[in-house]
Amino acid sequence: MTLLDDFMTRALLAGLAVSLATGPLGCFVVWRRMAYFGDATAHAAILGVALALGFQISIFVGTMLVALIMAMVVSVLAGRGWAMDTTLGVLAHSALAFGLVAVSFLPNVRVDLTAYLFGDILAVSRLDLAVIAGGSGLVLGLLLWRWSALLTATLNEDLAHASGIDPGRERMVLTVALAVVVAVALKIVGALLIAALLIIPAAAARNFARSPEAMALCAIIIGGGSVWAGLQLSLAQDTPSGPSIVVAAALIFVLATFFGTLREALRKS
Amino acid sequence: MNPVAHEGAQMKPVAQKSAQMRHHAPQDAQMSLVAAHGVAVTAGGRRILHDIDFNIDRGEIVMIVGPNGSGKTTLLRALLGVLRPSHGQITRARGLQVGYVPQRLHLDPGLPLPVARFLSLPRRRTRTDIAETLARVGVPGVAGQDMGTLSGGQFQRVLLARALMGRPDLLMLDEPTAGLDQPGVASFYRLIEQVRAELGCAVLAVSHDLHVVMSASDRVVCINGHICCEGAPHAVRNAPEYRALFGLGTGGALALFQHQHDHDHDHAEKTHQDDPA
Repeated sequence: MTLLDDFMTRALLAGLAVSLATGPLGCFVVWRRMAYFGDATAHAAILGVALALGFQISIFVGTMLVALIMAMVVSVLAGRGWAMDTTLGVLAHSALAFGLVAVSFLPNVRVDLTAYLFGDILAVSRLDLAVIAGGSGLVLGLLLWRWSALLTATLNEDLAHASGIDPGRERMVLTVALAVVVAVALKIVGALLIAALLIIPAAAARNFARSPEAMALCAIIIGGGSVWAGLQLSLAQDTPSGPSIVVAAALIFVLATFFGTLREALRKS
Repeated sequence: MNPVAHEGAQMKPVAQKSAQMRHHAPQDAQMSLVAAHGVAVTAGGRRILHDIDFNIDRGEIVMIVGPNGSGKTTLLRALLGVLRPSHGQITRARGLQVGYVPQRLHLDPGLPLPVARFLSLPRRRTRTDIAETLARVGVPGVAGQDMGTLSGGQFQRVLLARALMGRPDLLMLDEPTAGLDQPGVASFYRLIEQVRAELGCAVLAVSHDLHVVMSASDRVVCINGHICCEGAPHAVRNAPEYRALFGLGTGGALALFQHQHDHDHDHAEKTHQDDPA
């Protein structure tokens, strides 16, 4: 396939694939107020990178494992009465710090840390693209499959229970989905900005959507648009690609909120 | 006083139900829909409920009253299966369909949710089914509205509508009238009564009001960590002095639950006396 020879094409496809997963997952992160949870999971991914390099396993597997363990430790500690933000604050930054220190112990590996902190979407290989598409497809499929149950559990856990849904299981589905997305999106925007890719398109989509499904779809479109616009910006002005994508998303959010507020005001008058 | 002695005789083990009834309403009228036997619930090292023997039969209306912190909601959640009892056991009729109306439903403003979509959670419902149920609970025409735009009374009725969507055998309501004024409470209770008459489902409602209950209740159970007493409510329909007290607009939906406790609680007794009735 000659199409995939172009690094820009690969970058765009990788970004669009990730948007397919981050759109709907980001909606749940917004609805369930898990923004900081996503952030913490992403920070832990750096520790995963260090461990993966140290033990010579796939970085994708390493980050996903650490992100999963992190998410579960947070769930357990939160269940024991620790305040969620304290737990996350301790774990997220500790994991990031441990990761950075661990990387410095790797003698023979030359690690470009900025690539993991801020992403390197322009360096996406064919194999990366396959992993990203596979991971995103998995998450999208998981969310579609569990959609109604996830939505019910998000509204009220007792209500879900009465409908025969185990809210704990649905929380686990989201935790796993989050870990997979962090692992695949690490290459696109990096550990520090993954949460932005989850939250900003979903928050912008809220201004247009009148149903949960419409909001998820809208978030996918906005996420995809941000990737395209960010890559164009990066190409034209030679700006770092990951942050450029987030900048594009932020500008779309501002515009969306402006039009949303305007429409609200017009309807009331 | 031993208010629970008669209940053991009505219980039958759930295991005897035949397998083909799994997705149907329990047909044996004598069969308890839900039964608790010697149940205790502990949370965070604190004993919230103990020695609870309770059952509710098909078509029955039972109200649980008790002061704040008496374990009413805990009992409801245990019967619902959310909480696991630390002692005793809870049996549910096989294939039991429960419609649950939570005390509060906090909706994140970030979630756009039309009423029709809410009623279709988790299972898809047809438009006619949704329209009929909304009309039944007295809020026709709100199907397209966002949940966030409903008034308190409308919201409560939509919650009830969702609970009714699955054709429940048992309707469980946790403080369904909290936040409603006296006429609002009366009209909500009347609606429950009407729903019971039309659908034949049993109703289990929890209220913190120790004295004013649904007049259609078959039984009122007063709990405070354990079952203090239970009995039938006294209808206020025909007593002029109570009609004057509650107003004529209640249409006989409210009743009094007159009861005296023959034992003291360390701290709870004070709550009893302070409770305005």
